[in-house]
Amino acid sequence: MQGKGSEFAVGLFVVAGLLALAMLALKVGNIHVLSTGDTYSVTADFNDIGSLKPKAPVTVAGVRVGEVARITVNPTTYQAVVTLDIMKKYRFPRDSSASIETAGLLGEQYVSLSPGGSRHDLKNGGKIRITQSAIILEKIISQLLYSKAGHTSGHQ
Amino acid sequence: MRIVGIVSGLGRRVIAGVTRLGRAALFLGRLAPGLGIALMRFRLVIQQIYMTGVLTLVIVLVSGAFVGMILALQGYNTLVRYDAQSSLGLLVALSLTRELGPVLTALLFAGRAGSALTAEIGLMKATEQLDGMEMMAVDPLPRVVAPRFWAGWIAVPLLAMIFSAVGIIGAYIVAVGDLGLDGGVFWSQMQSGVSVRDDVLGGLIKSVVFGFVVSWIAVFEGYDAKPTSEGVSRATTRTVVSSSLAILGLDFIMTAFMLRGL
Repeated sequence: MQGKGSEFAVGLFVVAGLLALAMLALKVGNIHVLSTGDTYSVTADFNDIGSLKPKAPVTVAGVRVGEVARITVNPTTYQAVVTLDIMKKYRFPRDSSASIETAGLLGEQYVSLSPGGSRHDLKNGGKIRITQSAIILEKIISQLLYSKAGHTSGHQ
Repeated sequence: MRIVGIVSGLGRRVIAGVTRLGRAALFLGRLAPGLGIALMRFRLVIQQIYMTGVLTLVIVLVSGAFVGMILALQGYNTLVRYDAQSSLGLLVALSLTRELGPVLTALLFAGRAGSALTAEIGLMKATEQLDGMEMMAVDPLPRVVAPRFWAGWIAVPLLAMIFSAVGIIGAYIVAVGDLGLDGGVFWSQMQSGVSVRDDVLGGLIKSVVFGFVVSWIAVFEGYDAKPTSEGVSRATTRTVVSSSLAILGLDFIMTAFMLRGL
């Protein structure tokens, strides 16, 4: 057990452990999105963000282009200020709009960007002016129920 | 009078436990200079990594694969009720990297290698090998105890990473091969939900702490064992029991702190 054979086995063991760590970091985790050096941040004000959370994806046409960095409240307008970190390689016109959407019926919420037509691009620290709040399922259901109730009682 | 007896029995146990903890801490202080010396003679550490780490690899690989496969089957069974089986990869990866990988690896290590460390050092003491070394002016702490301590501390995090990785592969095989989930969805859900800093690194920190504690308990119990066959057998039992309790208790504390973002 002693000598060269055990040294070789230990070497293999250490390599296997480091490979497992690399697999967890690269294949299981999302270390490539984590690199914040090549992103720029823009903000967007929403009336209601629903259950959007930091680190939620930012997509355009369904493709992930960044993530939600932080969510704060504007103390004068009482709107939610969502800061988005977007990868540098993607540029968006200044009149792009942002909306909060849900993946699936009960899935995670994410920010979807729709590009506008302006010639000027959004810059670091810029602001997306056209926003659409989260669609909250409970509100829609209650609206539907109220309108149904109003409808049937109107007939009687 | 009986109540007085019960209360003083409790007090005796608490005092004994605290005393033991203090002795273990003093032992660690005495071991500390030996740890530096052992690093300079790294060949001894490598031998011990072979004895503790490499020989534990088989049980870690097998348990990791099975735990991953069980998680996949069990998680699918629950998630499918909410039509959320696409999150299975995320569920498995988070459970393994954050909790099950570090904790189960440390428990397996305490049973497979920690007990062996205690028995080995305890028997060396019982057969007066340690006294013999001292007679030859060789300090047994850097020569015998420190390499074993280092080996355990190095091996546990490596084993924990292997456990998690093998578990995720096992879950992938069950999820895609047997349950018919889409492989791309399995990985992409995992990648969007697992954070390297919070989850993978948090699990790594946990396993480093567990490795330290289990190795510490194992070498202390061995060195502190009564030099009789009964004393060694008791010390071995104590290693497994106190390591397991320490792992689970520390895991609770660390999880509570990590989830609160400290």
